[in-house]
Amino acid sequence: MKNFKALISYVVGFILSLLLTIAAYLFAVKHLLVGSGLIFTIVTMAIIQLYVQLIFFLHLGQGLGAKSKLWVFLFTVLAIAVVVGGSLWIMSNLNYNMTPQDVNNYLMEQNGGF
Amino acid sequence: MSYRRRKLPKLKPGEITVDKHDSNEKTIFGFWVYLMTDLLMFAALFATYAVLRSNTFGGPAQRDIFNGLLVLAETIILLTSSFTTGLGMLALARQDKNKVVMWFGTTFILGLSFLVLEISEFWHLIVEGNSFQRSAFLSSFFTLVGTHGLHIVFGLVWMIILLIRVNSRGLTPGNIRKLTSLSLFWHFLDIVWIFIFTIVYLLGAAR
Amino acid sequence: MSWFFGKLTLDALPHEWFTIAGTAALFLGGLSAVALVTYYKRWRWLWRDWLTSTDPKKIGIMYIVVASLMLFRGGLDALMIWLQQSLSVGNSHGYLSPNHFQQIFTAHGSIMIFFVTMGFLFGLMNYIMPIQIGARDVAFPLLNTLSFWLYVAGAALINLFFVFGGQFAATGWLAIPPLSELAYSPGVGVDYWIWSLQISGLGSLLSGINFLVTILKMRAPGMTLMKMPMFVWTSLCSMVLVLSAFPILAIALLLLSLDRMFGMHFFTAGGGGNPMLYVSLIWTWGHPEVYILMLPSFGIYSEIVATFSQKRLFGYKSMIGAAVGITLLSGLVWLHHFFTMGAGADVNAFFGIMTMVIAIPTGVQVFNWLATMYRGRIIFGSVMHWFIGFVFTFTLGGMAGVLMGIPGVDFEVHNTLFLVAHFHTMVIGGALFGIFAGITYWFPKVTGFRLNERLGKYAFWSWIIGFFVSFLPLYILGFMGATRRLDHYDASTGWQGLFIVAACGIVIIGFGAALQILQIIVSIKQRKENVDATGDPWNGRTLEWSISSPPPVYNFAVIPKITSRDAFWEMKQSQEQPAAKYEDIVMPKNTAAGIYLSGFALLFGFAMVWHILWLILASIIGAVVCLIVRSFDEDTEYVIPAAEVAKIEARRNHRG
Repeated sequence: MKNFKALISYVVGFILSLLLTIAAYLFAVKHLLVGSGLIFTIVTMAIIQLYVQLIFFLHLGQGLGAKSKLWVFLFTVLAIAVVVGGSLWIMSNLNYNMTPQDVNNYLMEQNGGF
Repeated sequence: MSYRRRKLPKLKPGEITVDKHDSNEKTIFGFWVYLMTDLLMFAALFATYAVLRSNTFGGPAQRDIFNGLLVLAETIILLTSSFTTGLGMLALARQDKNKVVMWFGTTFILGLSFLVLEISEFWHLIVEGNSFQRSAFLSSFFTLVGTHGLHIVFGLVWMIILLIRVNSRGLTPGNIRKLTSLSLFWHFLDIVWIFIFTIVYLLGAAR
Repeated sequence: MSWFFGKLTLDALPHEWFTIAGTAALFLGGLSAVALVTYYKRWRWLWRDWLTSTDPKKIGIMYIVVASLMLFRGGLDALMIWLQQSLSVGNSHGYLSPNHFQQIFTAHGSIMIFFVTMGFLFGLMNYIMPIQIGARDVAFPLLNTLSFWLYVAGAALINLFFVFGGQFAATGWLAIPPLSELAYSPGVGVDYWIWSLQISGLGSLLSGINFLVTILKMRAPGMTLMKMPMFVWTSLCSMVLVLSAFPILAIALLLLSLDRMFGMHFFTAGGGGNPMLYVSLIWTWGHPEVYILMLPSFGIYSEIVATFSQKRLFGYKSMIGAAVGITLLSGLVWLHHFFTMGAGADVNAFFGIMTMVIAIPTGVQVFNWLATMYRGRIIFGSVMHWFIGFVFTFTLGGMAGVLMGIPGVDFEVHNTLFLVAHFHTMVIGGALFGIFAGITYWFPKVTGFRLNERLGKYAFWSWIIGFFVSFLPLYILGFMGATRRLDHYDASTGWQGLFIVAACGIVIIGFGAALQILQIIVSIKQRKENVDATGDPWNGRTLEWSISSPPPVYNFAVIPKITSRDAFWEMKQSQEQPAAKYEDIVMPKNTAAGIYLSGFALLFGFAMVWHILWLILASIIGAVVCLIVRSFDEDTEYVIPAAEVAKIEARRNHRG
């Protein structure tokens, strides 16, 4: 019985992921949406699919040692947000006061160091 | 001083966690932590890609090299292989050795076909003169997707070795632990691919 | 033949004075070590009892030995830097060429961070942390030996340039592009830098996983997170930072090596690359790295202050809060390393404020230590000397840090010797003094006898006086406008006097280091007088003092039950002797797999440096085969029978 439930979980996860994948594909390739609307929609779909696979495939939050696994995962999400968000923010703001050429010259001049 | 060998506990049918001093939980947790560090490496690669994606230096952008059907096929193959891994884990819980070998064997074949598609994609790009040396965008594209591909290669080698072990020694506690880690690894690769599919391919094509 | 040797040619063999000297030193050192071991017929003992051991206590000692050797190597670099800077004024150009000078300060920085401080900390953690949580081992013994041997492989590779290639990176310790790209650094120096760091970084990452799982999953029954000793807590925080920072380092190094090996364009000046991306990535790792080094030392100080004030640590919970706060904040400040690189006011302000905020939890810790000492019965031995020295230096360095956290001020002092003085104050005064304090504190646990107190105090005074003599002038020079990494300056600047003073300082530091070596030799001679028969020489509070010195291989004959923090102190107060009922103990067997795997990693790194394709493939295949063979070996543990445990414990109780 337990096994059957697990089977259902995998099947549901598989079907949901498949639907989300194809839907995102159609949105982007058939240009059903454009601009930021498209970005928002398909990134949201990717995040939903992440959630689906975490729950139905990886069984996050269930079974042995579930709590510590969940905490480690949440901390990693935080770290990813900081690394990706921070990098993009910094890199997009970096040429506010200096052109890329200035930056290159400056980097060479001070021995590449800070 | 002579020490006797530690006896491996016998496995009862239907029992997965056999190790007395819960080394099972420890190993799986440790492997999970490793996966999280790997996820951070991919995060850094994604950030690199996002910063460099428009630095095409006169070369093609993502939409110029986008091959929709190929990518969709890759995605569905990998998703299916993630599903068959799950079925393999269910067979493992039932101690059904033949089914375990069958499902993980299927996963292996699917993974291999994914790899073949990816290599052909890379090959075409390079032949057309759009190699990783062409521009910063292509460097970051090849590196992000290629790193994922290398993980797939590693997973496939690991799968072969485990299949041989399962065949020769059966479903020992060690093998069960290793298969569980492998299944985590494979699901993880599929999750990373979702984001490559969405952020690199779909958003790139739409831009 | 180029397929066989790659880029390696005869020209690469040593032919300059410093490469010949380095090669000779490596060979003579190696030869005399081999000769000594052979003469005393200790090969079997060395291999079986040490090199292949999975005992974290032995791995810890080996870490500390290697780190000490690397400290000597990095210290020699420092001496050469200062000598050049005191001589090279006006018409005199010193004794080093500019390029050679650059290689030296690059090597100095990389070695001191990666192979000295990290090595010492992993050594102490390996030895002490499992005992403090009442465990017999770490979570993954094989992984632990692998981490150590990868660290050794990295240390070997960073010195191998003396023999093959003759040049190290001349780029500064973070090898910032475009200078470190092939166009400007065509030699193999940067490749040596990349691969030695990549290999040892992998070792650190694996250690991070290992120790995190150990702390979270292997504590003795009853030891909740809020009953863990401070050193375990700060180690945990440090490992969390290792796990979140080292993957980024691995990627930054990987991308740089892809640029150099395959002509990619991540950070190149042309091709659409962006060197500032590397700067941002490397500092995303680099700033947490500083706290990876600092946090374990904070833990060591907490243990020491409580023990030698004979009081409970003041504000245990706020101490943990501060450590966790530092852990989180340290990931949000990396831009302060490049305030001057063109970012707008929003970004600079955010990272400036975060930088200053981090001073708050650090301040909380300092005040907690002082409050612990308040009305304590302080035993003012050499261990406490290191602590007091730390408080003074660290506060000074911290103030300088907050000052530079203000972007406007940073525009004035960045890239000057003021900055150099600041981070040396933090790393020497903060991390290194903590390591010395820890080594003095736990020495009797490891060896069974205490270190000589008098020589320890002399060494401390030499270190701290030498430190201030060499680094206070750098603060002043920084304000006078002396930039860092100067191989030559004009006589009219008037800097030479201060540079000479600084050079005298490092001689005093060197004297202190010599005293430390003497201290160990004298202590071994006097071991009968300073013997620690009880296992508890300082009237300690944590579990490591409840077992014999040196501890048996299994640490605890009976795993203790923990009811409060300062577990051992409570046991001593309640005078309860736990009934000794011994059971069979399962321990991991020795394994040489870590050595073989790291050997292949070293070959791989060497092959990558010299582009030797067949060796790259061979080393990968070798490592994979090694892993497969090892995975088929399920006989990895042995049992110590209860009777044997009883015998060992009886011997100990008899002696005590």
